[in-house]
Amino acid sequence: MPKKITIEPVTRIEGHGKVTIKIDDNGKVRESRLHIVEFRGFERFVQGRPYWEAPVLVQRLCGICPVSHHLAAAKALDVIVGAGTGDGLTAVGEKMRRLMHYGQFFQSHVLHFFHLSSPDFLFGIDADPAIRNVIGVIKHHKDLAVQGVMMRKYGQEIIMHTAGKKIHGTGAIPGGINKNLSIAERDLLLNGTDPLNADKMVEWSVAALEFFKVYHKSNATLVDTFAEFPSNHLSMVRKDGALDIYHGVLRAVDADGKRILNDVDYQDYDKYIEEEVRNWSYMKFPYLKHLGKEKGWYRVGPLARLNVCDFIPTPLAQKEFEEFKAYTTGKPNNMSLHYHWARLIETLHSAEAIRDLLKDSDLQNDDLVIKGEKTNKGVGVIEAPRGTLFHHYEINDNDQITLANLIVSTTNNNEPMNQAVNHTAKSFMNGQMEITEGMMNAVEVAIRAYDPCLSCATHALGQMPLEMKLVNANNEVIDSKTK
Amino acid sequence: MTQLKKRVLVYGYGNPGREDDGLGIEMIKMVQEWIDKHKLGCMTTESNYQLNIEDAEKISEWDIAVFVDASKDEDLNEFIFRKVEPSDAKVEFTMHAVSPSYVLHLSEKLFKKSPETYILGIKGYKWDFKEGLSANAKLNLEQAFQYLTRKLAGWALIKKNLPISMLS
Repeated sequence: MPKKITIEPVTRIEGHGKVTIKIDDNGKVRESRLHIVEFRGFERFVQGRPYWEAPVLVQRLCGICPVSHHLAAAKALDVIVGAGTGDGLTAVGEKMRRLMHYGQFFQSHVLHFFHLSSPDFLFGIDADPAIRNVIGVIKHHKDLAVQGVMMRKYGQEIIMHTAGKKIHGTGAIPGGINKNLSIAERDLLLNGTDPLNADKMVEWSVAALEFFKVYHKSNATLVDTFAEFPSNHLSMVRKDGALDIYHGVLRAVDADGKRILNDVDYQDYDKYIEEEVRNWSYMKFPYLKHLGKEKGWYRVGPLARLNVCDFIPTPLAQKEFEEFKAYTTGKPNNMSLHYHWARLIETLHSAEAIRDLLKDSDLQNDDLVIKGEKTNKGVGVIEAPRGTLFHHYEINDNDQITLANLIVSTTNNNEPMNQAVNHTAKSFMNGQMEITEGMMNAVEVAIRAYDPCLSCATHALGQMPLEMKLVNANNEVIDSKTK
Repeated sequence: MTQLKKRVLVYGYGNPGREDDGLGIEMIKMVQEWIDKHKLGCMTTESNYQLNIEDAEKISEWDIAVFVDASKDEDLNEFIFRKVEPSDAKVEFTMHAVSPSYVLHLSEKLFKKSPETYILGIKGYKWDFKEGLSANAKLNLEQAFQYLTRKLAGWALIKKNLPISMLS
């Protein structure tokens, strides 16, 4: 009789996800699924609202990466107010947005590495959970833990000085920005008291990357084979092929590196991308239309970005990128745990880009906004820390939003995360009839590599336990575990 | 300017774009006005969407930290004010935010500072994509505000700027 193992985190309002693993009487994994609830009703909610409110309204979606939504919405509205598609703004407008975005990227990647994934690397994914957590990191590698805290703080400072405030920032507006960076702010961020300055952030980013590489060298088999599976990869790249997290064209490659989406304008994203609805999940499954549902799904995020781009336009990150590419002899990297490697290269790139931008005097210019001839449709795409983020708005003659369509990063990674869970389940759970800590954590590690955002939007006092259930075909619980 | 016996940080968090989840942020606005009105030195407020690891460094600079958050606890009446004990409860799944007790724990371990820490949880009722508190949440907020400002007044060293009703 088939049995199901369910991992079910009970969340507050958003982010309810669970893993269901079906096994037969012999303990052989038959099928695995990851179910996640996405942003319920938000797209309908913004309909009827004045378009200029969107960059602030969308920050209600998520307290984790509000800057990504803020900027994606602003980019879509740039098109609507006739300010071009991302690269049509004034120098200060574009560079302030880029600085804000790099600040967000930096602090988000840092949180993931130091707080969520480093315990797995320091102690091993099969280590005692009493040790394998950030408390263990503090105990055994205190310097690393302090670095993580201070790097997060630095990224938050960048956001505050570019977005204007921490909550519901207003820095990006249709056609530009509403503030530049003062000399005092620049000096604070560039040359602040140690360690809160740009040079130290670059130095620490290099050290974090080195930490991962040392771990990888000693644990190559695990890191290279854990949830490894072929896939397509999609991201935005600059028109010359450089990694660009703020603006560019859409490109996708297959598992062998063949170009399957060739630098297309994201204003036409809906010509290329379709979203499939499956009856067992609230979250849709995007895929490339011309390849179909079965073959068209793709990964997004750090791994995909480094698989898709040709180079990284900052020197230290470029050097690391070359080493990363050499590891797979230039072919796309399909190893899930290499998301962490890619994420740390991007962290270094962000630190370098922040330092370069802070030295750019364009940030003190006063020509903040431009406008042109208004249109009724705009699409904004940005590479959020977790992957490609699409915002699409249409308005009527009264400037009210009539249509909003969002494809968020975690949605783009829906099928890859399901694949990762399935591969992990088959590796770790075949022959197992009971829930073990190791099984739970293996599945978590697989999902965690993609850094999905499951707990967005609200933060009421409460708890988010992880619950695992073993049920039979009649949905009777025969075993359960909560952590 | 009125000084405090101890330096106090009041830190509200939540998403004001999700109705009553903004209770913590709304409280901070009220407390900051109250601080300004009574010229209470050595006290400040802070707010954010949620707590995270860098807040350990922030609270380490203060003698007392009071966190203010919305609560979904069905059993709660209007609000709850309680002391926070450090906790090393491990990170949950893919969660990108942390609890007050975890922030305190990090402060102790990373910065060797253990501020006296409290949580003020205010009961909320509605959590939709909308700004503004529900009517019942506003009532709870007002009661919690009265309670919190009395606590803050109690920490004041020089009380000449405080209203008589708070001097008991």
